[in-house]
Amino acid sequence: MTDVSYVPAPGAAPRTRMLAAQTGMELRLLLRNGEQVGLTLVIPLLLLFFFNLPLLYSLDGSRIAFVAPSIIALAVMSAAFTGLAIGTGFERKYAVLKRLGATALPRSVLLGGKTLAVLLLEIVQVALITVFALALGWRPHGDPLLVFVLVALGTAAFVGLGLLVAGTLRAEVTLAAANLAWLILLFAGGIAIPLSKYPHAATEVLQYLPSAALSDGLHQVLQHGHGIPLHDLLALIGWAGAALPAAARWFRWE
Amino acid sequence: MSAPGTAAVEVRDLVKAYGSRRAVDGLSLTVERGAVLALLGPNGAGKTTTIEVCEGFRRADSGSVRVLGLDPITDAAALRPAVGVMLQDGVGGYTGARAIELLRLFASYAAHPHDPETLLASVGLADVAATPVKRLSGGQQQRLSLALALVARPELVFLDEPTAGMDPQARRATWDFIRKLRADGVSVVLTTHFLDEAEQLADTVVVIDAGRVVAAGSPAELTRAGAEGQIRFRATPGLRLVSLIAAMPDGTTALEEESGRYLVSGDVTPQLLATLTAWCAGQGVLAENLAVERRTLEDVFLELTGRDLRT
Ligand SMILES: Nc1ncnc2c1ncn2[C@@H]1O[C@H](COP(=O)(O)OP(=O)(O)O)[C@@H](O)[C@H]1O
Ligand SMILES: [Mg+2]
Repeated sequence: MTDVSYVPAPGAAPRTRMLAAQTGMELRLLLRNGEQVGLTLVIPLLLLFFFNLPLLYSLDGSRIAFVAPSIIALAVMSAAFTGLAIGTGFERKYAVLKRLGATALPRSVLLGGKTLAVLLLEIVQVALITVFALALGWRPHGDPLLVFVLVALGTAAFVGLGLLVAGTLRAEVTLAAANLAWLILLFAGGIAIPLSKYPHAATEVLQYLPSAALSDGLHQVLQHGHGIPLHDLLALIGWAGAALPAAARWFRWE
Repeated sequence: MSAPGTAAVEVRDLVKAYGSRRAVDGLSLTVERGAVLALLGPNGAGKTTTIEVCEGFRRADSGSVRVLGLDPITDAAALRPAVGVMLQDGVGGYTGARAIELLRLFASYAAHPHDPETLLASVGLADVAATPVKRLSGGQQQRLSLALALVARPELVFLDEPTAGMDPQARRATWDFIRKLRADGVSVVLTTHFLDEAEQLADTVVVIDAGRVVAAGSPAELTRAGAEGQIRFRATPGLRLVSLIAAMPDGTTALEEESGRYLVSGDVTPQLLATLTAWCAGQGVLAENLAVERRTLEDVFLELTGRDLRT
């Protein structure tokens, strides 16, 4: 048990190496967790088929043209907000973050690793959704770069909100709140049901929800082939700009 | 990174209260570089609180704490790469990860880490490298936790009850491990409520109770200070003890408890023992069943607090 030399040689690794290792670990754990896979990969695909059936409401034009961008928005919200918040909340509860806090890993690299893992997960999500939607007859329009920018900004906003919830509430409360918010944003946030189906006054408010801005931006680009959805981009920048600093300010590690 | 010429850990008049109750109440201690210090005390004595203030997890209400010459909270970024930590409750970290994955992750944080496979084998966990952390037994988790504390080649480690939940064999192995750390120049602070652990491992034992230091010193100093040891032996009845008492240092007494059973009380040192056996030899007497009874840390604790350490 004692054939190794323990002569001290302390020092921190370069941040890039920490970030790569942290991201890899976070992503493997995400993909290994059955609930996370269900929430972020299986449910969006099931809802893709479900909302594509003319059950809840009728739509003009191609139904999949509305549903596919909605499901991409849902997948981003599921991974970056609900999944991240619940996972991080329980890591806080079980002293995972406390133990990591006693290593050379800076907090910014820990949060960066979580965010990168979410982005990598989203690439898997969007690829799967795209394949299934194409099989259902989806013909997307628009500039893929704009889609990427929208997804990245949406991720930043949702990661900020998810970490804010996970870092300030108890794990059990985070679990309930993140699931409730997921449902509310799904139905009232412009994802499952077009905001145009709501009364005008409600739409005026609801369109500023992060889910609505992301979903609307994706619809502008993918469904209607419009250029830069400035209004939605600004809304997402606003949410990200408020939520990320708030999370950094109020996140409690224990 | 660490200021040279300073102690590994220097705690002065530390006070930490939860609500109105003081868990640590004016505690001071010094850990010299390369030394092993054991914080010994019953459950609730304030060991974890003290150690977690030193680790920067909790904020002192008053008093001063320097670790490697630095402040545990404001200098945390500089300290963390140099300090290894073993928390009291379980491994911490990602319990869904495999043992070797978690060790590799922690190695990736360090500039000159140990090879994770070699280190895992040296704590005896090579067979369970691919087992998820949460499926390891309590003792195995403790050993993984020790490996995680060491993988970055720290110069100081805090081990909070490092052998809790271990079987006797794993405990011995962990003791050997801690002796090896000391031999290689790592400073060690450990907490324990096992007396033998403190006696076996520590250069300095700080006995604490209710957040206060009740005694501090080397195990030998603590078990000797202010207390008498005893030597019992059997020999032919009716020995003339006057000449024995005259031969021994002042304050040492000798008496025949029962016919042929003798008791010597005093400061039991190797010299005293030598004097006694030489005297017996001079009398042409063979001392049989000679037994030295010295105080243990347990006796010290009982004396100082009136309570048993293990309750
Ligand atoms: N976070 C906390 N909140 C309130 N009381 C605490 C907390 N941590 C410890 N205590 C109390 O402080 C005292 C010392 O605890 P601790 O430092 O854990 O002792 P030890 O490690 O010696 O068992 C105990 O009475 C314990 O109940
Ligand atoms: Mg404790």
